Amino acid sequence: MTGTPTSTPARVVPGKGTIRLRGIHKLYQVGSESVHALRGVSLDIARGEFVAIMGASGSGKSTLMNILGCLDQPSKGMYELSGRRTDRLGAAALAQVRNKEIGFVFQTFELLARSTALENVQLPLAYSARLFWGASKRAKLALERVGLGDRMHHRPSQLSGGQRQRVAVARALVNEPAMILADEPTGNLDSKTSEEIINLFKDVHKQGQTIVVVTHEEDIAGHAERIVRLRDGIVVSDHPTASDPMHRDYLERMAMQAARAASGESERGGTVAPAAGQRAGGGVGP
Amino acid sequence: MILVRLLFQTVALALVQLTGNKFRALLTTLGIIIGVGAVILTGTATQALKGYVLHQLDTFGPRKVFMTGDVPRPMRGRIRWSEVALKLTEIEYLKNNAQTIDAITPMYFVTGQVRAGEVSRDGVTVTGIWSDWHEIEKRVVTIGRPFIKVDVDEMRNVCLINDKAIAELELRADPTGDTLLINNRRFLIVGVVETKEMAAMFPGGGETRTEVYVPVSTAVAMRPRLYVDFALAQLKGTEQADEAKAEITAILRRSRGLSGDDPSTFQIHTVQSAIEQFQAVSGVITGVALGLVAVSLLVGGVGIMNIMLVSVSERTREIGLRKAVGARPGVILLQFLVEATVLCLIGGVVGVVTGGGMVALGKAALPGMSEYLSVPPWTILVSVVFSAAVGIIFGMFPAIKAARLDPIVALRHE
Repeated sequence: MTGTPTSTPARVVPGKGTIRLRGIHKLYQVGSESVHALRGVSLDIARGEFVAIMGASGSGKSTLMNILGCLDQPSKGMYELSGRRTDRLGAAALAQVRNKEIGFVFQTFELLARSTALENVQLPLAYSARLFWGASKRAKLALERVGLGDRMHHRPSQLSGGQRQRVAVARALVNEPAMILADEPTGNLDSKTSEEIINLFKDVHKQGQTIVVVTHEEDIAGHAERIVRLRDGIVVSDHPTASDPMHRDYLERMAMQAARAASGESERGGTVAPAAGQRAGGGVGP
Repeated sequence: MILVRLLFQTVALALVQLTGNKFRALLTTLGIIIGVGAVILTGTATQALKGYVLHQLDTFGPRKVFMTGDVPRPMRGRIRWSEVALKLTEIEYLKNNAQTIDAITPMYFVTGQVRAGEVSRDGVTVTGIWSDWHEIEKRVVTIGRPFIKVDVDEMRNVCLINDKAIAELELRADPTGDTLLINNRRFLIVGVVETKEMAAMFPGGGETRTEVYVPVSTAVAMRPRLYVDFALAQLKGTEQADEAKAEITAILRRSRGLSGDDPSTFQIHTVQSAIEQFQAVSGVITGVALGLVAVSLLVGGVGIMNIMLVSVSERTREIGLRKAVGARPGVILLQFLVEATVLCLIGGVVGVVTGGGMVALGKAALPGMSEYLSVPPWTILVSVVFSAAVGIIFGMFPAIKAARLDPIVALRHE
C-alpha cells in the first residue's frame, strides 16, 4: 500500500491561492552529467490546505520546493499559481510572483542582522508597489499576529531562535501570500521551540492560510493535513495525514517506543532496587 | 513615483550600509578623495595663476605694442644690433602711416648722473619720450603737468620724475619748478608721474626704481645716436593685435628695403598676443592637470569596484533573501549601483572640503594671492559629476554580478 503513487491528484478549481502542477520535470546539468531531479510531478493544492512535502535527500524535494516557490523554473511541465501560469516567466516577473504570492520561511531564518524585527518584516513590502503605503502598520500587525508585538525594535541578535523564526513567519505573512512555503522551519530549533513554531503555523492555517512545509521529519509532517511523499523525482504517495500509511506506521512505532520506554523506565526502576540491594548487600558482606 | 520611492529607499539603505563600515568606506574612497581634492587644488591654482597673470597683463596695458630692432639668426655676429635698431624716422613714419595704432613713442635711454642740490645718483636711466607716451602708459600725473608736443618740438630741458625719484633725490613733496642736473645739464621738473606697481616679469617691473623722463629730442641732444632702444605703441583696439603686427611689419619691411625671403630685422610684440598665448598655455596646464586627476579618479574607481565586489560576495545571502521576497534583478542592480555612487559622492564631498580647506590654508600663507585664490565653481561641479560617474561606471560590474545571482545559489551561499 505504501509508496503507491496517487494517479489522480484531487482536482482544484483555479483561482487565488490555488496551486496546480502538471507533469513537472527538472533536469540539471552537473558537469557532463545530467541529473533528472523531477520526473513528472503533478500536484494540486487547494486554498487553505496545510501540506507537508516529504522525502529523503535526493528525492527531488528541494527542487520541487524551489519550483513551488518560483525560485526556479521547471524544464518541462505546467505550473499555475493563483490561476496564472508561471513556468515560462522571466526573472523579474518571477520576482513579482514571489513578492505577491509566496511567503518563505527558511531553516536558517535569513533575517537581516542589522535591521530590527519590524524592518525585517517590512522587507517584502519594500518591493511591492501595492502594499508599500502603510507598510509599517501592516508589518506591526503581522508581528502582533505571531506574538512579537513587544519585540518590534529588537534586532535578530537580541531575539531567541524561536522568536527569530516568528519574525520570519511574520515576514512571510505580511504580503498576504497565496502560500507560505516553509523549508525545514524547525530544523534549527529545539523540540520545545519547534512545537511553538508548528503551533504558530497551525494557528495561521486555521485563519485560512495555505501552508506548504518541506521536511524530512515525520513528527513535523504529522501536524499537516496532508502528506506528499517524493522519491526519485516522483510523487510516491499523497494522502491525508490521518490515512497516510507511512505516517500511521510511524505513529505506531512511536507508540511502541513510548510504551517500551515506559516499561524500560519501570524495568530500570526494578533493576535499581536490586543494585541498591547488592550494594547494600556488598556493604553488609565484609 | 515608485522609482523615486525606490531610489530614496536604496539611498537610505546605502547610507546604513556605509555607516556600518565607516573605516572601510573611508579607505575605499581615499582615491576619490585625493582625486577630487586634486581637481579642486589644480583648478584653483591654475585659475589663480591665470587671474594673477592676466590682471598683471591688463595693468600693463592690453593695447600695448613693442617694437625693437632684431638681428635675425642667420646674420648673428655679422652685423651689430645698432645697425638694425629702430630709427626715429621710422617711428615717425609709423606714427603718420600705421592705421591700426593711435599712439606711438620712441623709448630712448640715456644713462647718467642725476643731481639735485647736494644729492646725486649715478647710473639712473633717463628715458627720452614723445608726449604720446602719456596716452599709451596712462600713468597719472599727480603733480604738475604732462609733456606736451611743444616740449619735444622745442627740445625743452624739462623732465618728469616719479615718486621714487623724489625720495631718492630728497626733493620737496611738490618738486615742480625745481631743477635737476642730468649729466650736468639743467632740467626743470614739470610734473610727477605715479609709479606703477608691476611684477618683475615686465620691463620696468619688479622693484620700483627712480624714473626720469625727458623729451626725446633733448635726450638725443644729450647723447646723439641714430637709433632708439625700442618703440612703444598703442592699438586702436585689442582685437587688432594681429592686424597691427601685419601692418607694422609690412611698413617696416618696405622702409628697410626687405624683400621676398629676407628675414625681418625687427620684432613686434603685442600684450594682447601675450594674453592669448598665456590663455592657451593655461588651458593646456589645466588640461594636463585634469588628465592627471582623471588617472587618480580611475585608480579610485578601481578601489570602489574592488570593495563593491567584496560587498556583493559578503552579502550574497542577503541578496538571495531579497530576491526570494520579491526584489527584481533591476532593483538589486540599483541598490548596489546607488551604494557605489553614494560612496563615491561622499568621497567627492570629502575631497571638495579637503581641497577647499587647503585653498583656505594657501590663502593664509600667500596673502598677496588671496584675491585670486578662490575655488572655481566648475571644479566643484566637475568633482561631483566625476565622482558620481566613477561610482556608476565602476559600480556597474559588481552590481550586475549581484543582480544576476541565482536566488537559490545565493541563499545556499556560506
